[in-house]
Amino acid sequence: MSDRRTTWIQHNRVRLALHELQPGAAASFRPLLLLHGLGESTPTSLPTGLSWPGPVLGLDFTGHGESTVPTGGGYTAEILVADADAVISRIGSVTIVGRGLGAYIGLLVTGARPELVRGLALSDGAGLVGGGTEPGSASIVYPEPGRHASPDPYALVELSRDPRPESYVQNFMDFILDGSDLAEPVNIHTALHPPWIEALLGGPGVSRDPLPVALQRFAGIS
Amino acid sequence: MSEETGSETADSVKFPGARRPDRRRRVEHAGVSLSVAEWGDPQADPVVVAHGGFDFAETLNVFAPMIADAGWRVVSWDQRGHGDSDRTALYSWDADLRDAVAVIDSVSPGPLPLIGHSKGGSLLMYLAGAMPSRVSALVNLDGLPSWGRMSDVADRERSRSLRRELSSWLEHRRTLVGKERKPGSIDDLARRRGRMNPRLSQEWLRYLVTVGAVHSEDGWRWKIDPTMRLGGFGPFQPEWALQHLPGLAVPFLGVLGLEDELMGWGTRPEHVGGFLPPDHRFETLEGVGHFVHIEQPRRVADLVCDFLS
Repeated sequence: MSDRRTTWIQHNRVRLALHELQPGAAASFRPLLLLHGLGESTPTSLPTGLSWPGPVLGLDFTGHGESTVPTGGGYTAEILVADADAVISRIGSVTIVGRGLGAYIGLLVTGARPELVRGLALSDGAGLVGGGTEPGSASIVYPEPGRHASPDPYALVELSRDPRPESYVQNFMDFILDGSDLAEPVNIHTALHPPWIEALLGGPGVSRDPLPVALQRFAGIS
Repeated sequence: MSEETGSETADSVKFPGARRPDRRRRVEHAGVSLSVAEWGDPQADPVVVAHGGFDFAETLNVFAPMIADAGWRVVSWDQRGHGDSDRTALYSWDADLRDAVAVIDSVSPGPLPLIGHSKGGSLLMYLAGAMPSRVSALVNLDGLPSWGRMSDVADRERSRSLRRELSSWLEHRRTLVGKERKPGSIDDLARRRGRMNPRLSQEWLRYLVTVGAVHSEDGWRWKIDPTMRLGGFGPFQPEWALQHLPGLAVPFLGVLGLEDELMGWGTRPEHVGGFLPPDHRFETLEGVGHFVHIEQPRRVADLVCDFLS
């Protein structure tokens, strides 16, 4: 366990854990918000090589880390977008680094709140690929029975197969381009390029710098 | 508890032909308790019916008894968040599918005829694709999706509509803590539901209040989870729901109401023609809206019974 400070945000019936990995007043510098990958949780300390002049916070998504594990599954990427939105509604403007599934959620929430997400960096991590661009053969999925600890086994099975059509992702990128005044609000530094990321590469508004370079640039934005 | 509202009690509100379930029982699955309703002889051959979104098992109180009286054991359930089933933190297609399988498992391990209306129809169409050995026949009541309506819409407009939906859905999510349904009289609730069901009679909607709402000191409230909301956003594309239909190996009956309305999907016969499986019957009902089995229960029950026999 770490001595990081945790605040709690209620999202409908779920209590979300928001951890502080580096202190600082949100009023004096925009926080960096970390969104973890599928089956991960907020790290206990600042990841190596990650440098940010203001507060660094990490959200545990529904069913992950110290956030509520709900009964009976029912996860969608969109509900995690609302998790991240609940944080933004509490703390205001942020820059986001998303890993894996958190990168995908980061893109969607930036599309939803392009004025409030001042820079998004997409990193490799668990759940980056998702379920492809359309559903496969029909299947009804069950997690390993008898396990109800965090991370929620339902999250692991349901959020590893969510379809991510290119056109859907492109819509969110369009919302970002329409709503953000940044020239390059999205940075992609993943080694893997699943179709939803491929759809963004080469398009407007996307930089491809190493993470430290991207963060330095985002930190310089008011 | 008294169910009086002014001079009106639940018992005083009747609807011709409506029969409450002969039996209720519960199915527990993954920690979620589902309320199952049954009509007809418990020893008769079973048929399972899935209701549509924002409905509940007792919206079948006229249609289901007609099927039961034709010699079937009719089994339906309140989907999670609806009727007397548990409210949960999360709702999704996958969760509804698992719940459906739990109910079907509680009826029979062998293949069964399945009937679904609207979203329930889509759900069972998918389930038949995932578990063909559990389905002996499939009936879809105005639950065939349409992409005809959307393909007429320019990309730009589609994107604007997604953005509007996204904003309003996230605003809705921000208001949920402690949310309750608005109380009212039987007439108030019937009027409110009438906005969603403009083609259904006030007499029917008033009856629905008495079986789909609960009464407390400050009035009646619909049982449906107040955190649920029509619409929402996601990557779902209508044609996805049809992709398991052409390969269906059991008899299929599709019934389409041709009157367009708010809760309907605007599906036209030409949208689904190419997707029908080899062994199919397809009926279109002129002058009937989305709730085909509520607007014309006798006609639709006859179609279904004839098909199942």
